[in-house]
Amino acid sequence: MDRIPILKLGGALIVTIQVDMHDRLALALEEDLTAMIVRTGARGVLLEISALEIVDSFIGRMLVSIAAVSRVLDAETVVAGMRPAVAITLVELGLELTGIKTALNVERGMALIQARLAEEEEDGHGGDRDRYEG
Amino acid sequence: MTMDGTEVLKRAVTEDEAAILGDWTGALRESGSLQSGRIREAELQTQAKAVLGQFRDALAAAGLDADSGGYASLRETLAEISRSRAIQGFTPTDTANFVFSLKEPIFEALGRTCAADASALAGGVLAAGKVLDRLGLHTMEVFLASREEVIGRQGQEIAELSTPVVRLWDGILALPLIGTLDSARTGVVMENLLQAIVDEEAEIAIIDITGVPTVDTLVAQHLLKTVAAARLMGADCIVSGIRPQIAQTMVHLGVELNVVSKATLADAFAVALRRTGRKVVRQQAAVTEERR
Amino acid sequence: MTVTVTKADTLPIHSGDDVVRVRQRVRALAIEIGLGLVDQTKIITAASELARNTLDYGGGGDMRAEIVQAGMRKGLRLTFEDQGPGIADIDQAMTDHYTSGGGLGLGLGGAKRLSNEFHIESTPGAGTRVTIARWK
Repeated sequence: MDRIPILKLGGALIVTIQVDMHDRLALALEEDLTAMIVRTGARGVLLEISALEIVDSFIGRMLVSIAAVSRVLDAETVVAGMRPAVAITLVELGLELTGIKTALNVERGMALIQARLAEEEEDGHGGDRDRYEG
Repeated sequence: MTMDGTEVLKRAVTEDEAAILGDWTGALRESGSLQSGRIREAELQTQAKAVLGQFRDALAAAGLDADSGGYASLRETLAEISRSRAIQGFTPTDTANFVFSLKEPIFEALGRTCAADASALAGGVLAAGKVLDRLGLHTMEVFLASREEVIGRQGQEIAELSTPVVRLWDGILALPLIGTLDSARTGVVMENLLQAIVDEEAEIAIIDITGVPTVDTLVAQHLLKTVAAARLMGADCIVSGIRPQIAQTMVHLGVELNVVSKATLADAFAVALRRTGRKVVRQQAAVTEERR
Repeated sequence: MTVTVTKADTLPIHSGDDVVRVRQRVRALAIEIGLGLVDQTKIITAASELARNTLDYGGGGDMRAEIVQAGMRKGLRLTFEDQGPGIADIDQAMTDHYTSGGGLGLGLGGAKRLSNEFHIESTPGAGTRVTIARWK
């Protein structure tokens, strides 16, 4: 079975999600990502979805699930490249992508992740910062 | 008997073409197509001549079957004429008359061709009526479809014209909304804004509602949907132009706009500049232009 | 105004791959009747939701896709049917919200919001039929 390739770049893991993902593939992706985050110590996960013409609740739940697992492993998830028609449909559908930051494209998404990592470095300890910010 | 009718018709149209054309354009002129000034005589002549010629050919090739391939080029010519009539603002009657007014000249030509043969004349008239009616209806159908298309396009243009997206700065867009926000308009508004966000790689979109008369729960919902969609694409929104009365109405209605809102577009712009890491600096000397 | 069916076919829904096929078919039909991009996306997404429901909760079933005509207007009508356990409380099912882990996530409310027309019939123990339509 094909597995979706995961790129490692600048402290983050980048995944390009293609159209028409089926259940087994989605599950495999979650597993692979989780394993890679642990193995590489990545602090960010970038899910690039510009090729997705449809995002239904199944894909939505997968994205949210990946974000939740990544958060537990201290990595931030960014979804990049959502198409306008998809955004409009998702809003109408009422699906909320909780725990996920969004970016217009991969470049911005990586910038978002790098910025967050840089902030944490400045403060010395990411966890404390979150707590004090409330 | 229909066969005779077709043959007689073919003969009449072929042999008496010039006379038929003359009578037809005369009838068209009289019926007022020219007087309304929408079309010039020369153009009308050209159209009539082309149609009559193609009709003659079609009759020879395919008899009375106006839906067949032999009539394809005639149908296309009539469709073109019909479409241009629709765009030029002709009435439906005028357009239909273009074809129907061909009947009488043809009937008269048939009369000349058949001389005393009453049954041949009857056959020819029947045949002519049958095929010209079908062609006339075809012309009407195209006319109506074209009109609907024009109306639809105009509606779309109105919606789009009233929702221009303005690029205030690199990565900062403004969407000045004017008029009421209903579901249909919101759809167009949203699509325009989101596409602009992609095209301009915007980070911030300022939605200015100075020109929106009332903001009730429904309008607020539409605004929030737009903001939510923009956020999903990675762009932040600021709402500006909330007038005092609007603010009060919203509070009374319990409407919550969970998005940063500013009183004026200028304020929103200032926030957007700051957020995207820019600063506006006043220069010391008499130099007025700030270079970026 | 009477509605006539000008094209119809039925697709089985018994696997994840069938759901993919459902999306592809609905896209093709949506393009055929000339729906704009956003409307296309909406009906394909709604179809995907309902197809998944049919598969996950209905034990499998099928989708009947019809191109319909009412006067000058063209539309796309989709009917999802299964012989599954059915839904006892339809109103409650329609108000379910999406959450990251819990909730039935039935997608019915979503499919309704994404469509011009929505109709549901369900009998516990016998099955469920959901029909949606989008008009051009």
